[in-house]
Amino acid sequence: MNLAIHDLVQRFADPRSGAQATVLDGLELVTGDIQALVLVGPSGGGKSTLLRILAGLDVPAAGTVVFDGSPLPRDEQALIGYRRTVGTVFQAYNLFPHLTAMQNLLLPLVHVHGLTDAEARERVREPLERFGLAAHAHKRPAELSGGQKQRVAILRALVVRPRRLFLDEPTSALDPEMTGEVLDMIGELKTAGTQFVLVTHEMGFARRVADEIAFIADGECPALAPPAKFFTVCHEPRVVAFLERVQRG
Amino acid sequence: MPRWLAHLIVLALLAVACGWAFASLDMTWNWGIVWEYRQAFWKGWWMTLGLALAALLASSLIGLAAAVMLRSRFAILEAFARVYVELIRGTPLLVQLLVGWYVVAAALHVGTEYRAAVGVLVLALFSGAYTAEIFRGGLDAIPRAQVDSARAIGLTRWQAFRLVILPQAVRIVLPAVAGQLVSLIKDSSLLSVLSIGEFTFAARNVNSATYSTLESYLPLAAGYLALTLPLSALSRWLERRFRYEAA
Repeated sequence: MNLAIHDLVQRFADPRSGAQATVLDGLELVTGDIQALVLVGPSGGGKSTLLRILAGLDVPAAGTVVFDGSPLPRDEQALIGYRRTVGTVFQAYNLFPHLTAMQNLLLPLVHVHGLTDAEARERVREPLERFGLAAHAHKRPAELSGGQKQRVAILRALVVRPRRLFLDEPTSALDPEMTGEVLDMIGELKTAGTQFVLVTHEMGFARRVADEIAFIADGECPALAPPAKFFTVCHEPRVVAFLERVQRG
Repeated sequence: MPRWLAHLIVLALLAVACGWAFASLDMTWNWGIVWEYRQAFWKGWWMTLGLALAALLASSLIGLAAAVMLRSRFAILEAFARVYVELIRGTPLLVQLLVGWYVVAAALHVGTEYRAAVGVLVLALFSGAYTAEIFRGGLDAIPRAQVDSARAIGLTRWQAFRLVILPQAVRIVLPAVAGQLVSLIKDSSLLSVLSIGEFTFAARNVNSATYSTLESYLPLAAGYLALTLPLSALSRWLERRFRYEAA
């Protein structure tokens, strides 16, 4: 994918004071033709806000986002169409708690993509096996571990055959062991050729899967580089400070 | 102690207390004459069942619609729903029934054959105002993340509401709505003021014909219990059936 973002601005009203806070402040980001883009940076720097815009969930106050030559639409009707061509996974609470894992997987296939129930079941059978989730398909989310929930959520985004995935800190609510199983799954997606944009705090993993790493801070993207360069020869002071903090922690 | 035994003991105590109270009144019962009016009771009971079912269905729909309006982005819709809820909840059902029939229905030249329909409508509007607030609370309780997830998989707003939000909200509000429906069944007794031939109206007629007050009204209590107890049991069963922990 080629991603080109120009002069992206996003503002939110503070719920208490009502004052406008600028979360993205004229962000510029132009990638090469890559498969995996990883967004890193300090909390509150605008990573998740940017990802929500890329995923078509929020409309920016100003600026343009162009994926492979097509600009993101701004009206809700066209955005629904856009969201149907991509997949998005959040930190937590992705699954619908009143439905089983299987029903969660079938819902978009049947109600959004027009498959029959039988076709949808056939579509999810093999991926459930491959990711070791077949034995849990009949369970409700409350009966699944955090890692299983996230893997089902990723699978739900995947089985509709999206052009690309957006993953917003998919492991930050998990303990280390479960983090591992989810990252392994994402690693497999990378090997299988799936395109994705990932927000993460796992620097080791970012280094392994990213084709390019974008550093997002203060509503801007002051650094964008392939991992080898990003972790060694990047001299942007905010990146240096961030990496020092992360490595200490 | 098993639950059923505990219930049995409480019921036995209640029976002893009631038995003692009635015995100390030294009453002469006159069940025979009331028995002759059993058909009137029976007809009234069925009428109440029908009226309550109709009002129950209508009030659920009205309540749900009003709840959605209460949460609307459009100020005018929100205002309509808010005025409706506060006006209805703040005034007696008796007055609403009288105004509904003698003022609104009369102004619209509604024929007397539609008396029961108007009664059901007013009752549904009355109960709907309470159901609206219950539903609003249930809808508000669904986390924002669920809406995000529903949008992320490409559902339209209506699909997200129907497939994701509503099913979860219904499970949350079930106990409260069941309580409201029990109230609705008992409140239907006020339809007797419009001379609608329901259960309470029948009991009143039997009473005025036989001058046997308690013999007329005790069967009334039993008849309402026969409607409300199954509803409570059904609600408890549904609650167990749909229980799941938030994930």
